[in-house]
Amino acid sequence: MEAGEIVNNARVKLPLWLLAVPVLVAGCQSPTVYYWGHYEELAYVTYAKPGKLPPEAQVLKMEEDLQKAASANKPVPPGFHAYLGYLDYQMGKTDLARQEFEKEKVQFPESTVFMDRMMTNLVTK
Amino acid sequence: MKTRHLRLGLCALALTVMLVGCATKPYDYTNFRAHPPRSILVLPPLNESTAVEGTYGYFSTVTMPLAEMGYYVYPVVVVDQFMKENGMPTAGEMHQAPLDKIRDIIGADAVLYVTLKQYGTKYQVINSATIVAVQAKLVDTKTGLVLWEGTATAQQNSGGSGNIFADLIVAAVDQAINSSTDQAHDVSRMANALLLTPKDHGLLYGPYYPKDKQQ
Repeated sequence: MEAGEIVNNARVKLPLWLLAVPVLVAGCQSPTVYYWGHYEELAYVTYAKPGKLPPEAQVLKMEEDLQKAASANKPVPPGFHAYLGYLDYQMGKTDLARQEFEKEKVQFPESTVFMDRMMTNLVTK
Repeated sequence: MKTRHLRLGLCALALTVMLVGCATKPYDYTNFRAHPPRSILVLPPLNESTAVEGTYGYFSTVTMPLAEMGYYVYPVVVVDQFMKENGMPTAGEMHQAPLDKIRDIIGADAVLYVTLKQYGTKYQVINSATIVAVQAKLVDTKTGLVLWEGTATAQQNSGGSGNIFADLIVAAVDQAINSSTDQAHDVSRMANALLLTPKDHGLLYGPYYPKDKQQ
């Protein structure tokens, strides 16, 4: 399901009175630059419901997001690959972690200092 | 164009969210323009509300608006864990971290310090009001200058419409795994829209903001 479909689902749930102001509703459907998928909600769940979604389950959600982002032809947001690498690292998959940290650097060079530091940690731990 | 600048903000305002404390004079962006950041580090908020869950209920909603406004935003969970492992177990301690260290170790151009003033739902006889009030400051890591600061209060009243306002605001976020979200978590997104997006009071656009949208 791409972002547009999610928006449509939300509209289905609209109370009737709100349909009288379609202009306002249309204003709320502004397209995003990034495909967000589960990224922020995973952060929320990690803190709000610790243990509910272990790294393995989170990685599955994020891989799903990657596919949907590709089919929506949108980039994933800043931090996405870094977080995926962090999950890989937690699962002991250091090679995969390194690959994701490198992807973050390529997509967003602003992340270089922090990603290099994360990769140094991979070696020392 | 006003409509575009207010994209999220207008949406929230149209949905009867109240903006409190909005100054009428445009913000002075002199420092911001002199030191425009590319990357923003968001630290967990100082939580002055009575709700413990507010810290992370709010923290997990800041990346989207900042990134959509064109900034590189460091992965909040990874940074939070990293700082905890390096001797800063609480938001209070993270907010005290020296700027030069943040710049050296993480590489951030600017840090967004947020204080959560209110967070939660007040239940009354017939309806309820969910309020999120925030105060934020963006600081340049090189000079220590305050690039921007602002406050916002978002309130959502229940009127038989349940969570639909928030549904619209977060339409691009897949919440399927999180059906029992606390309402203030969703209202945090409205507070961010009110805080960050208003023209003349919000943040300026960052380097990744699409050129064709800048009008």
